[in-house]
Amino acid sequence: MNNRLKTLTKGIIDVSPLMIPVFPFGIIYGVIGMDLGIGPYMTLGLSIIIFGGASQIVLLQLFSGGASSLVILSSVGAVNARHILYGAVLSEYLSGLKLFWKIILSYVMTDQAFAVSNNYFKKNDKDSNQHYHLLGSGFTCWTIWQISTILGIVLGSVVPEELGLSFTISLTFLALLISDFRKFKNIIVMLVSGLVATIGFNTIPFKAYIIVATLTALVVATLLTSIDVKKK
Amino acid sequence: MYWSLIIYAGIITFATRFSMIFLLKKDILNDKAKKILSFVPAAIFPAIIFPPIFLDDVGSVDLENNPKILAAIFAIIVGYFSKNIIATIFAGLISYWFLIFVYYQ
Repeated sequence: MNNRLKTLTKGIIDVSPLMIPVFPFGIIYGVIGMDLGIGPYMTLGLSIIIFGGASQIVLLQLFSGGASSLVILSSVGAVNARHILYGAVLSEYLSGLKLFWKIILSYVMTDQAFAVSNNYFKKNDKDSNQHYHLLGSGFTCWTIWQISTILGIVLGSVVPEELGLSFTISLTFLALLISDFRKFKNIIVMLVSGLVATIGFNTIPFKAYIIVATLTALVVATLLTSIDVKKK
Repeated sequence: MYWSLIIYAGIITFATRFSMIFLLKKDILNDKAKKILSFVPAAIFPAIIFPPIFLDDVGSVDLENNPKILAAIFAIIVGYFSKNIIATIFAGLISYWFLIFVYYQ
């Protein structure tokens, strides 16, 4: 028990610095939800049922733009595709766990929790209670996200629009990409995605610009990877 | 907004997180698939980031008088050198506030 509690606490401590940008992000999300008029229950409901900042923002953005359910759901799927990679990486450490654990840990597996717990798993391969680290980091994210969402709902009418807090959403996503800034291929992929989305924002029908931009960028990424393989 | 839409989106989100942890006994994705999946954040986030920065309220490209572009560039520079998520966000936000409240006034 002592060991489990220690690992759990380590997870909480490790992920805490990453909660500093998550907190304002959650507040902004809550404010936006109220701004769009979906009401406090649905705004919080999204945070509990989906529990993914990027997915929730994309859903709201597309819904308010009048996109169809099919486009909204496939965009949410595209935004979440990175979790498949996270799962594939973590399965190495979590494959021995009971189904119940797999369900709980999947629900709380966010970008931030993955980042710190994957690091811990790599260093503590032999610790049989290592999954408590992900439980700690994941539920810290969860708690912070729900509290900040509620704060955003409450503050909805108070935060002045002039502060331009919605810009923080762009900045948050941008900050999640900083590890890609030094990789030439990733920069190309980012530029392709951004340009296609910007040009396609008005021209691609059904508000499918996020899916089209992502798929185009992934095709470019695949081409870049195959060039690399051929060289070897 | 409908609850059914929220629930479907929740199921999709959960499915992507759960699928590999549930299906894989050990790491079976090949290196090429992993390499391509590692590009997913770079392929999707700019599609979310770019339009609100470059487009104005009516959806046309605004390159002049656009403090968001300058603030984003400043955030990228800080991110490149600091490799720090929080520093990147604050650099962007503070430079944005400087531009809209001081420079453009």
